[in-house]
Amino acid sequence: MYQYILKRILLMIPTLLGAAILVFFLMRLIPGDICELRLAGSGATFNQSSLDICRREVGIDQPVIVQFGQFLRGLVTFDFGKSMWTGRPIVEEIGLRFELSLMIAILATITATVIAIPLGTVSAIKQDTWIDYAVRAFTIAGIAMPSFWLGILIILGILFTTQWWTGIPWMPPIEYRSDWTSWDNIANNLALLIWPALATGYRYSAVAARMTRSAMLEVLREDYIRTARAKGLVERLIIRRHSLKNAMLPVVTVIGIEFAFLMGGLVVTEQVFNLNGLGKLFVESVTNHDYAMTQALVMVVVSVFVFTNFIVDVFYAWLDPRIRYR
Amino acid sequence: MAVTSEVQVEAQFEAFAEKKPVTSVVLDLMRRKPLGAAGAIIVIVMILTAAFADVVAPYDPVANSFANMNQAPGWLHWLGTDQFGRDMLARIIYGARTALFVGFTSALVGGTIGLVLGVGSAYFGGRIDLFFQRVMDIFMAFPLIIMALAVVSIFGTGAQNVIIAITIPFIPRCARVVRSSALAIREVPYIDAARANGFSHSRIILRHMVPNVMAPFLIMITAFVGQAILLEASLSYLGLGVQEPTPAWGLMLQGGAEEYALSAPWMAIFPGLAITLAVFGFNLFGDAVRDVLDPRMRSQ
Repeated sequence: MYQYILKRILLMIPTLLGAAILVFFLMRLIPGDICELRLAGSGATFNQSSLDICRREVGIDQPVIVQFGQFLRGLVTFDFGKSMWTGRPIVEEIGLRFELSLMIAILATITATVIAIPLGTVSAIKQDTWIDYAVRAFTIAGIAMPSFWLGILIILGILFTTQWWTGIPWMPPIEYRSDWTSWDNIANNLALLIWPALATGYRYSAVAARMTRSAMLEVLREDYIRTARAKGLVERLIIRRHSLKNAMLPVVTVIGIEFAFLMGGLVVTEQVFNLNGLGKLFVESVTNHDYAMTQALVMVVVSVFVFTNFIVDVFYAWLDPRIRYR
Repeated sequence: MAVTSEVQVEAQFEAFAEKKPVTSVVLDLMRRKPLGAAGAIIVIVMILTAAFADVVAPYDPVANSFANMNQAPGWLHWLGTDQFGRDMLARIIYGARTALFVGFTSALVGGTIGLVLGVGSAYFGGRIDLFFQRVMDIFMAFPLIIMALAVVSIFGTGAQNVIIAITIPFIPRCARVVRSSALAIREVPYIDAARANGFSHSRIILRHMVPNVMAPFLIMITAFVGQAILLEASLSYLGLGVQEPTPAWGLMLQGGAEEYALSAPWMAIFPGLAITLAVFGFNLFGDAVRDVLDPRMRSQ
C-alpha cells in the first residue's frame, strides 16, 4: 500500500511540471502584454520609455527563461509574487476568493450526493417502471441543461416569487461572510450560496445518479445478492448492506472527479450570479494579461484536480487490493 | 475482451446488412430503442432546420426593428422579440446553424486527431506511449472551460477560434479511450502478420488498427457533439465565443436575458430551451449508439 501511494505521488510530479510549462508558454503566446493594456487604459499618451519602465516594474523585461525559473521557484516555495494588475500579493487575492468558490463547490457536492444516491438506487431497484423512467428523464435533462441557464432560471424564479409575494422583485446580492462562528452568518451563507450551488450541482447530481443506477444494477445481479435473498434477509438490509456498499466504488470516483472539475466549471456560474470567486478572477486575469495571476490560478486548479485524483485512486486501491498489485 | 466484442459487433452489422427493407429496419430500431429514436429525430429535425434556415425562418435574424422591441410571444412573433426587435424564433433557427457547425467540426477534428494519436501511441508502445500518456494527462488536468478560455484569449474570439478552443481539449479525451481499445488489438495475431509482411507503420495503423477501433471512436464522437454545443454556448455566454450579430444560443442569453428578466422573460427561456433540447437529443442518440456498438454496456 505504501509503495502504491509513493508511486502515485511520484506520478503527480511530471503532470504538475508539465502543466506549469504549458500554462507559462500559453500565456506568453497571447498577443500584447499587461503594460500596453495598462498604459492604453489610463488614457495618457505613452511612449517606448514609459512602456519599458512598466515592463521592468512587473518583471516581464527579463528573458523568458529567467522568468520561467522565477515562476518555478515561486511554485516550490508557494510564493507566487504579486499580481501584475493590482500589485497585491497573489496568495492574498486567491485566498480571498478561494474560500467562496470552495464553499460553493462543497455545497454543490453535498446537494448532488444527497440527491443522486437515493435517486439512483430507487431507479435501479424499480428498473423499467415509471419511477425509473422519471429518474432517467431527470438525469438526462440534468446533463443536457447548461448550468448558466439553470442559474438564470433560478434568478428569474426568485424575482417572480418576490414580486408575487411582496410586490417588489428583489434578488438579494450574494455576499459571503467568511466568519462561520455565529448562527446568523451560517444561515446567511447557506441561504444565499445554495442557489449557485444548486445551479452547478444539478448536472453533478445527474452524472452521479446515472453512475449509482448502473452500478446498482450490476451489483443486484450478483450471486451473493441472490444468496442473501435466499437466506431470507430483509430487502432493506440487502439493499443497504450488501448492494449499496459494493456499488459505491464507481460512484465515489465520479463524485471525486466531478468535484475536481467543479472548480473550473464555476467560471460560468460565478458570472451568472455575479460572484467574486476564483472563476471571475480567472477571466479577469486572462483578459488583463496578468501572467503571474493566471499562472498561479491555473496551478491551483490543476493541483486541486491532480490531488483529488490522487485521493480517489488511493481510496480505490484501499477498497480493492487488486489495483495495488497491478 | 475486445476480441469477443469484435465478433459480436460484426454479427450486429451482419444482422443489419441482411436484405431487409429500410422502413422495417427503421421501425425495428424504433421499437427496440425508443429513446435513441427520439434522440435521432431531434437531431435530424435540428439538422434540417439548420440546413433550410433561409426557408424556415420567418424573419431576418439580424434585422433590427425598433418598432418591435421586447414584443411578447404572439401571432406575429411566435417566440417574441429581443431588445433590438429581432425575432427570437428566427435567431434560434439560425443559431442551430452555429451550434451544429461548431459542434460537428470540433467533434470530428478533435476525435480524428485523438484517434490517430491514441492508435499510434498504443502501436508503438514503450517510451513513446509513456511520453504520450504523460502529455495527455497534463492536458486532461486542465478543466475544459479553462483550456478553452486560454485558447480563445490567444487566438481571439469568433466561430473559427471557438472551434479550435473546443477541439484541443477533446483530443486527449478521445486518444485515451481509443488507446485502451487499440492496446488489445495490437496483441491480435493479424497485426504481427502484417508486420511480418513488411507493411509500413502507417499502413498497419491506418488500414489494420484504425478500422477496428471504430466502435469506441464513434461513441466518443457522438458524445462530443453534445458537449461541444454546450461548451460553445458557455463560451458565447461569457462573451468569449461567437460575436454579435451572429445568432448563437449562448450569446442570446448573454445579451439582455438578465436585464430584461422580468419584463421579457422569453428572452431568457427560449434560447436555453434550444440548447437543452439539442444536447438532450444528441445525448439520447449517443446512448443508443453506444448500446448498439458496445455489447458490454447493452445489458444495462
